[in-house]
Amino acid sequence: MIEVGVLELQGNFELHHKILYDLGLGSKGVKCLDDLNCLDGLIIPGGESTTMSLLIDSFNLRNSILDFSKKKPVLGTCAGLILMSKKIENDVKVKPLGLLDVVVNRNAYGRQIMSEKKQIEIHLNSHASVDIKATLIRAPKITGMGKKVISMGKIDNTPVAVFDGKHIGLSFHPELDEISIFHEMLFDSSSKLFSYKFENFNAA
Amino acid sequence: MSDNQFDIKVGLAEMLKGGVIMDVTNVEEAVIAESAGACAVMALERIPSDIRKDGGIARMSDPQMIVEIQKAVTIPVMAKCRIGHFAEAQVLEALEVDFIDESEVLTPADEHNHVWKHDFKVPFVCGCRNLGEALRRIAEGAALIRTKGEAGSGNIVEAVRHMRTVINDISRLTTLSREQLVAEAKNMGAPLDLVIKVSETGKLPVPNFAAGGIATPADAALMMQLGAETVFVGSGIFKSQDPEARGKAVVEATTNYSNAKKVLEASTGLKSAMKGLDMSEIPEGERLQERGW
Repeated sequence: MIEVGVLELQGNFELHHKILYDLGLGSKGVKCLDDLNCLDGLIIPGGESTTMSLLIDSFNLRNSILDFSKKKPVLGTCAGLILMSKKIENDVKVKPLGLLDVVVNRNAYGRQIMSEKKQIEIHLNSHASVDIKATLIRAPKITGMGKKVISMGKIDNTPVAVFDGKHIGLSFHPELDEISIFHEMLFDSSSKLFSYKFENFNAA
Repeated sequence: MSDNQFDIKVGLAEMLKGGVIMDVTNVEEAVIAESAGACAVMALERIPSDIRKDGGIARMSDPQMIVEIQKAVTIPVMAKCRIGHFAEAQVLEALEVDFIDESEVLTPADEHNHVWKHDFKVPFVCGCRNLGEALRRIAEGAALIRTKGEAGSGNIVEAVRHMRTVINDISRLTTLSREQLVAEAKNMGAPLDLVIKVSETGKLPVPNFAAGGIATPADAALMMQLGAETVFVGSGIFKSQDPEARGKAVVEATTNYSNAKKVLEASTGLKSAMKGLDMSEIPEGERLQERGW
């Protein structure tokens, strides 16, 4: 059975477990080194990136997550995207893992009263797309992307969903709207979307 | 207020789960809290134990202080308004704080009514001692509920009482039939639709956090094991002898609340916790938890 880890240092990990469960996939909370053994993928959830960054180092998880990400897919939502990024423009307190070649600007969409839901189009590959609701909560903005990274969807011409052939980073929270397409694409080998990821990358 | 907007408010509360929200009274404390791993800070003029000691009227904090804290940290900044003081809440919303705590720690402005929180774009957290109180606050628009506990006491006993009461109230509802739920809604003074929802889901419709008296890493682990999804620590950190180390220890214990070895590690080597008060030392009329209706 496929088993996906959800980093449980702080944040909104519960709803990711629910999405994985509803897809019929196994899921497991990750709090220490040993928890990463034998997993097929990892989710870094939303929450506070400062808190998670501190705890990644307090619990000595940095190198293990980096090693894991070389072999297995990682999905990051909001704070998860910040942690996956290569560089954060406006914050020195968070030490990003650098496993996705993007630059982000933290809280660039504003404080909580600016948080909102938007309708966006997500490109699953070169010929398939789907409209979804995207909930942005004190969201990070993607301000730069490496050549291997492609945008799957944009708000006001700024990418909010990016894919590098292996990992996905999102500015928004699909788990709050019970959207499972990204989980399916990365982790669920029984889903049609799982095969799209190879095409998608080739198309780019 | 659309459902969407309420969802977005609850969404931020979801992001605060599994963490520690710390009371701070100035920029320096806010920076310490952030580097200790707080997932949010509550900006207030005096921490509850000082409010208790000093007496007088406790009001919304000086906006200047809140602005300085907003500039100094990147984590969410919360602030308190008095119960029923919707104009203070409007000011805090104009200030763009991330969450408003309509709090019994401040002196109430209205002895009958709380703020109608659906009118605001900013989310609210409110305290409760039982499920009826929690559901009244949610009906008014609270996106997050916390136990009241007894703020500024350093004594966990009231937070435990309130969390156990809420959890017991919820599990009792799940055993009742529809007609019994109508009677129960009347008894607890809560809207029937929310009572039915809780009986069907077995949980509050918004996240459920703990506050009021948490002073040690083990206190945090206790509340998390009792069902809290995050802890607020008020006086417990900055009234201890080693705020930074204690803050970090409470954060680590909250993440690993069910792993006793990790809570042990976090608890080891700390200096003295805040002194604290036995409930018998706080006359009934002076208990902050009695405020709110």
